[in-house]
Amino acid sequence: MREVFIIGAGQTRVGERWDLGLRDLGAAAIRAALDDAGLETVDALVAGNMLGGALNGQESLGALLADAAGILPAEAWKVEAACASGAAAVRAAALSVAAGVHDVAVAVGVEKMTDAVSDRVSAGLATAADGDYEASHGLSFVALSALLMRRYMHETGAAREDFAPFAVSAHRNAAANENAMFRDPISAEDYAQSPLVASPIGVFDAAPVCDGAAAVVICARERLQTHHRAVRIAAAAAATDTIGLAHRADLLTLGAARRSAEKAFAASGFAPQDCDLFEAHDAFTIITALSLEACGFAPRGEALERAARGCFGRGGCIPLSTCGGLKARGHPVGASGAYQIVEATAQLRREAGPNQVPGARVALTQSIGGHGSIAVTHLLEA
Amino acid sequence: MRPSHEVGIAGYGAYVPRLRVRTADIAAVWQARGAAAPAVAEKSVPGLDEDVVTMAIEAARTALDRSGMETGAIGAVWVGTESKPYAVKPSATIVAEALGITPHVVAADLEFACKAGSEAMQAAVAFVGSRMVEGALAIGMDAAQSKPGDALESTAGCGGAAYLFADAADALAVVEASVSHVTDTPDFFRREAAHYPEHGGRFTGEPSYFRHTLAASRTLLAEVGREAAEFAHAVFHQPVPKFVERVAAELGFTRQQIRTGLVGLRMGNAYAGSSLLGLAAVLDVAAPGDRIFFCSYGSGAGSDAFCFRVTERIAARRRGPTVVEYLDRRRLVDGYGHYLRLRGKIRGA
Repeated sequence: MREVFIIGAGQTRVGERWDLGLRDLGAAAIRAALDDAGLETVDALVAGNMLGGALNGQESLGALLADAAGILPAEAWKVEAACASGAAAVRAAALSVAAGVHDVAVAVGVEKMTDAVSDRVSAGLATAADGDYEASHGLSFVALSALLMRRYMHETGAAREDFAPFAVSAHRNAAANENAMFRDPISAEDYAQSPLVASPIGVFDAAPVCDGAAAVVICARERLQTHHRAVRIAAAAAATDTIGLAHRADLLTLGAARRSAEKAFAASGFAPQDCDLFEAHDAFTIITALSLEACGFAPRGEALERAARGCFGRGGCIPLSTCGGLKARGHPVGASGAYQIVEATAQLRREAGPNQVPGARVALTQSIGGHGSIAVTHLLEA
Repeated sequence: MRPSHEVGIAGYGAYVPRLRVRTADIAAVWQARGAAAPAVAEKSVPGLDEDVVTMAIEAARTALDRSGMETGAIGAVWVGTESKPYAVKPSATIVAEALGITPHVVAADLEFACKAGSEAMQAAVAFVGSRMVEGALAIGMDAAQSKPGDALESTAGCGGAAYLFADAADALAVVEASVSHVTDTPDFFRREAAHYPEHGGRFTGEPSYFRHTLAASRTLLAEVGREAAEFAHAVFHQPVPKFVERVAAELGFTRQQIRTGLVGLRMGNAYAGSSLLGLAAVLDVAAPGDRIFFCSYGSGAGSDAFCFRVTERIAARRRGPTVVEYLDRRRLVDGYGHYLRLRGKIRGA
């Protein structure tokens, strides 16, 4: 397999983008990434998206976005891996270049959620859970996360308030990210007083429903040029677990997240302690904790205790969600995995502005679909 | 827009029911723990013998009385509402009959969510301004609908106002110009056979209320060539007070200019009656020569903006109950259960 590099990155501002549709968002991110790479077109496009069919009445995003971005007749299709769709698209594009099928490919994650009323959005998100044994019984995506959080609190003795540092840190980081949705800092007190969505999950535990798109251009080493500010994809790995929670031997171990991280570390030769930052799938604070533990940044049940010690803030042992994460940058579900990689690329290029992690050389990103039923982990190296 | 002959308001009247429910009582039932404090402390509720028709008749009687016009001179009556008692059958004919202005009268109900009342005003200005009729009655009135437990339930109020338009020579306030600004924006709607309206959450803000209200207002200000500071008062549609404060600030109106018209603070959002009630409260205190800026908003979506100039006839026309008297005349219902009964929200009752 050939070595592959990110040579272009682009994103749209995340938020309630009332003026932009699925195609506008996707095309804008693709064009921004191509401009960054100094390219007019590419051999292939892979689009990551979860809810286009359910909320936008639009499938065949490959053709839609290749047309809208002006890169016809490039090969193009959509990949879907629930909330990990954006990261899966990056992995699929990287695979096609590594395999020598394409020399240059673009991956985009795109989601347009705010054109549907909230009941439809909730129903759409629930399709990431087990349709037969969870969603059809009324378990929403938030409710399933609430069960995990309740179990975590039960086993570790943690209080709801112990999850606050993740939300506080995400909002602080988003304040300096001009593409973030929530740029107002919050305090632990704000977190404690926030209304409940599904007990024990409160508003500040949960990432927002929003719109956005992010894209990266990937090429083989032989196509690199000096102006590219290239970032190497040191490893990309994916794994799966049971789609429903009922058959997990241990609810608090995200098996897919752990296995994909282990594979990425093994393939790259890096270890958790080599990472300078971690873009986590902080769709809910409980998932942040479980993802940290799955990737080896905290032993099982100890993520909150490490968060309380400031381990995951700026200047901590592993800075987390450095541009605001899903929680505060926003979580346009099928795009979030791509945002993580765009943001990690900025860090490794030393272009992350006030959020720059000094001397960042190795970045880990992990995108999780469903409640850990699928995970895609990338290791990037400057 | 300007009619070919100058038109004004010859008489106006308001109506707000006596009953109020405390929004804290609503919040307590739904246990909205940690949610933002209710936008208003209480909202008006119709009594068992009150609906859009009875309230429209009451407001229109005050308007007719203030104008001094003969009923035979009134050639049109429109009731703008989204809570008409009959899904099919005009409220306007009941109102016209009760006022004694049938049968030679144009009559219909208008529907444009919260803009239905100002839509009636536009139509009345056109009918009178083209001299098709001598007087035209425009009414905006609602017993506002909201789904139990929905965010709208803590603001949806009840009431409205009636305006009798006639030749400017007999007006207490002259219409200087108006504009209408509409787009197809589905921010709030009730489908056929649905009990309660649905809304798009925050979509009702930026791309809906703010976009249309600001666009209509800016267009009218440009058309009349005036600055915000030249108006004594400004009235806007009042979903929640903070929306009004924001559009006022963006257009350059001060808190002082919007204070009198902000009746929603005391009674909630009377939908199609909301901005018209605000205008009535302003006319209750305005001085001759005052300019009044008015802009409605209705979901679906659009805004009507009007520029009025108050005449010296205003003082002599101030008979009958003022808006503030209606707001002061209040009695609390006996909690949320009583409110549900009054609003017909108890199934099977």
